[in-house]
Amino acid sequence: MLRTIAARLVDAVPTVLLVLTLVFVALRLLPGDPALVVLGEYATQDQLALFRRQMGLDLPLPQQYLDFLWRMATFDYGNSMITQTPVAKLIGENLPYTIELTLVATGIGVLFGVPMGILAAVNRNRLPDTGVRLFSLVGYAIPDFYLGALFLIAFALNLGWFPINGGGTGFWDRMHHVFLPALTLAMVKTAFIGRLTRTSLLEVLGKDYVRTARAKGARENRVIYRHALRNAMLPVTTGLGLSLLATLSGSVAIELVFNRPGIGEVLISAIAKRDYPVIQAGVVVFAFFVVVVNLTVDLAYALVDPRIRVKA
Amino acid sequence: MTADVDASVGEDGRRALWVRLFSPRRPGTLIAALVALGFVVLAAGAPWIAPYDPLAQSYLRINQLPSAQHWLGTDQFGRDVLSRLIHGARNSLLFGLISPAIAAVVGTTLGVVAGYFGGMVDRVISRVVDMLLAFPELLLAVMIAAVLGGGFWNVVFVIAVAFVPGFARVARSTTLAVRQEPYIEASVAVGLRTPLIIVRHVLPNISAPIVVLTTLWVASAIRLEASLSFLGLGTRPPAPSWGNIIRDGLGNIFGSPWPIIGAGFAITMVVLAFNVMGDALRDELDPDHAG
Repeated sequence: MLRTIAARLVDAVPTVLLVLTLVFVALRLLPGDPALVVLGEYATQDQLALFRRQMGLDLPLPQQYLDFLWRMATFDYGNSMITQTPVAKLIGENLPYTIELTLVATGIGVLFGVPMGILAAVNRNRLPDTGVRLFSLVGYAIPDFYLGALFLIAFALNLGWFPINGGGTGFWDRMHHVFLPALTLAMVKTAFIGRLTRTSLLEVLGKDYVRTARAKGARENRVIYRHALRNAMLPVTTGLGLSLLATLSGSVAIELVFNRPGIGEVLISAIAKRDYPVIQAGVVVFAFFVVVVNLTVDLAYALVDPRIRVKA
Repeated sequence: MTADVDASVGEDGRRALWVRLFSPRRPGTLIAALVALGFVVLAAGAPWIAPYDPLAQSYLRINQLPSAQHWLGTDQFGRDVLSRLIHGARNSLLFGLISPAIAAVVGTTLGVVAGYFGGMVDRVISRVVDMLLAFPELLLAVMIAAVLGGGFWNVVFVIAVAFVPGFARVARSTTLAVRQEPYIEASVAVGLRTPLIIVRHVLPNISAPIVVLTTLWVASAIRLEASLSFLGLGTRPPAPSWGNIIRDGLGNIFGSPWPIIGAGFAITMVVLAFNVMGDALRDELDPDHAG
């Protein structure tokens, strides 16, 4: 197991390096001098030079690159060019909201998606199956930010059941604030997990050991929950990791819809203001998430399925 | 074997693709095709079909509810919502068709090269593709758009990049399979040049999954463009696109909900239509991967 972990960790290094390099190159290749962008057209040559020196923009590129890598590795993201707030602080304050949203949405998605998938698989080609298929067809087509806006209009604006913006303070208030955004993301997720569970369970139900279990006279419930479902959950586990990332990217738009604090909101408003240190940090944080989630999924997979471990 | 005289039955004894796709056993496909066609007509004929200029503002008629003059009401600038939706269809479909096409060409090229030649080229391409595949498309698109900014060609580029890895992976794996076929060995043996082998013998044999993927990604591209425009990273206002109509609508949520409802409905219908057609095409062309 230790060897598996080590191998996966080593695998993750090039991905992180690639993303960091792309961010570095792209931000420097971009037309427009950051000093001019921040200080404006009327800045004097001295002011521009001072700014470039402070930001390390006057150093040779290779040195800038190494500096950049070192700062990213040590979580030294600098200050916002606009508000001078340390970027690390900005990220630290907003990250919990994004994580909270992603986790609650995933929780709701699993809670509804897995039973839906089982229901569909057990009643293959009958009414519940058709219903689940229609649900996931629409779930795949409807944009999450549109669904969010509809929920906002219906449940927050017209019915007044939920707050229309903010993140809330204290546990219950936060849960109250997170519910509608999470439900929005969870709808898409439920469709995804439901379909995945259905496909996976159907495949397992066709296996020899399921036939054996039936042949020895096990009751249908026992066959499904004891023999089939446990094996069917393997692909669902991996799918869950991928969908966690999809939810994370979906949260960017959802935070905007519900006017919620979060990393997506920070990144999007930084883009509008061309606040490079914040953009940089936001992109790096997202890349970091992708790597960590993929790593965790791989390890979880190896943990539940001993056959994977041998191969690594 | 009865002599069944039917013009739609081809040499291989199977009915023509379009007959199979639109068979009565699959009523959804026909409806989906009609919906998609309807949107294409709207997009193509936008200047003639739309009742008003999508950019014309009038402060005398802001935030109107749906009426006989304005079927979907007006927005906070007094612009006719229906006209904006119809013109928005142009943007959405343009992105939806161009981006996957570019991604298909680039991705297939990379995949075929990697799969056919193998070795170091394959290892480098596969490695990069695997890394990019780790990112959800929207996240990748947001990250690139974050750095590049908005604008038409940037958005086309962003969406295309987000889709290239998927095409490359499919093209590579199918090429690997095709490369083992005796007819490739035969082509090499008779001395055909490699580019000719690839164009004449590899590409036609891997085309089915690529075509299916392209169709399915038309829907994804339309969604992605809408998401980016919604985030302010796509089509720049005042030019209408379904995404930025929802964005504007959200800023005016106390004024009128109709821009949001209308634009979102349009996105959902188009995506649904292209998804259903893509699924049907996959069932027929690429039954191995039908799910």
